[in-house]
Amino acid sequence: MIEFLQGVAGGLGDGSVYALLALGFVIIYKSTRVINFSQPAFMLAGAVLVSYLVGPLGFYLAVAVGVLVTAMLALGVERVAVRPMIGKPVFAIAIITLGIDIAMRVVVNGFIGTDVRQVGDPWGLASRPLLGVPVQERHIAMVLTAAVAVALLFAFFKYTRIGLAMRASAVDQEAALTQGVSVGTVFALSWAIAGGLAAIGGTFVATGAGADQQMWIIALKALPAIILGGLDSLEGAVAGGLIIGVVESLVGTYQADIAPWLGNNFAVVSPYVVMLLVLLVRPYGLFGTREVERV
Amino acid sequence: MLAVRNLEVVYNDVVLVLGGISMEIPEGAIVALLGANGAGKTTLLRAISGLLDHHEGEITKGSVTLDGAPINGLTPAKIVGRGIKQVLEGRRIFIELTVEENLRVGAYTDSRRAAQNLDRVYGLFPVLRERRRGVAGYLSGGEQQMLAMGRALMSNPRYLLLDEPSLGLAPLLVQQIRELIEEINRQGTAVLLVEQNATMALSVAEHGYVLETGKVVMDAPARELLADSDIREFYLGLGAEGAAKSFRDVKHYKRRKRWLS
Repeated sequence: MIEFLQGVAGGLGDGSVYALLALGFVIIYKSTRVINFSQPAFMLAGAVLVSYLVGPLGFYLAVAVGVLVTAMLALGVERVAVRPMIGKPVFAIAIITLGIDIAMRVVVNGFIGTDVRQVGDPWGLASRPLLGVPVQERHIAMVLTAAVAVALLFAFFKYTRIGLAMRASAVDQEAALTQGVSVGTVFALSWAIAGGLAAIGGTFVATGAGADQQMWIIALKALPAIILGGLDSLEGAVAGGLIIGVVESLVGTYQADIAPWLGNNFAVVSPYVVMLLVLLVRPYGLFGTREVERV
Repeated sequence: MLAVRNLEVVYNDVVLVLGGISMEIPEGAIVALLGANGAGKTTLLRAISGLLDHHEGEITKGSVTLDGAPINGLTPAKIVGRGIKQVLEGRRIFIELTVEENLRVGAYTDSRRAAQNLDRVYGLFPVLRERRRGVAGYLSGGEQQMLAMGRALMSNPRYLLLDEPSLGLAPLLVQQIRELIEEINRQGTAVLLVEQNATMALSVAEHGYVLETGKVVMDAPARELLADSDIREFYLGLGAEGAAKSFRDVKHYKRRKRWLS
């Protein structure tokens, strides 16, 4: 039982990081209809930035600055590489983001080198008992941070003027234009938010084991999460991220005992298996748009 | 005064939709713009509100001026900021947002006076106040049209461009929309009313323009247009005697009036 709860707790921790990354994908998808494949690069860049800043600034300030700088970086990339493509087929823009991803990771890898960079977080791999279950401190921090970030984000989209405008232009871009909403601002802001979220996610992924050149692959776990939750649903991204995290963690805990014939590391592919199963039953994801329509 | 001079609009660099249109909307007036499908009515509105870019269209000649200053070439956001607001054809409300959120998006360029304008809009459309927490997509057609108009009024525009507000509404609701347009105008907003329902449009407007294949073919006070025999026959569906024509008597559909030769 302890083992199970421990697996769930770890899964929720990792899952909340996936949720943050997935939110970045969904926010950009909703406002621009583009799946931004450069999200892994921003995640890596955020983590590496923090690893360099942590020396002079200390961990928390380094994260704040790292998130801000990554958001600015995303803003710049949007302005230079994506904005001129507005009105072109979204497929072309998606491929451009793939190119951005590769180019950016080459640059960032130059700053990583062959070693593993530590982000100098205060948690390490230490555990503390929570209701009798030993839980890694960094997982607790992940869940709390993600909860705060998600709450802020939902409040932003519900109550602020620009947040509302972003939702409106996701529903009907031309109608939003007629209300005086600048669609360029909406695009830029969605990229900046996604970049910031990726940086937070990246930093958390790098806690514990540190950041190396292969870390970006973890960001791809957000893909099953958003497909699971429904591409255009913020709630779905959060739920999808958590589900993927827990499934992966539990499969990692039990698979070797229950189904050893699946071989080692089956946990790594389990998110994609879940994604395929959900797609069979609900092709629009768990929370994907049900058309709002009068009957 | 909002004025259009010799406006020529081309879509996709080839399709000429407006060929030299001039019209004027005086401050505080209601002007009707009539015309068959494809005459260029919506394109004219897009040219004024800056939405042509969104549709691969371009103003190739002429100008749109507000109080003498050209506004063509400005972004839609800037034009809204100058007090010109368009209500798109087909209502186009934000279906996933609530009624009140829709209205708050309408106040995007004028958020400081949002509360005041919200009261005014709820005063004009009491049904929106009742349903303000409801999801906009579930409103009835008439309510959606009111929401679209109310959303446009949230920034207190000087000029309101209405594209087919009576589209798909029952006659009783059309009557209600007509009265609302009059009330909005009485509160100081000039209205450019694009309509297929010519009877309604001419009954509320002071001046009317008739558009055909991208050109203004008639331009007269609404009273004169209502009395014009061609307008009566081809836009109001009335015979020369004033009675509604029976299609049994005349093979009306075979005839088509052409002003342009």
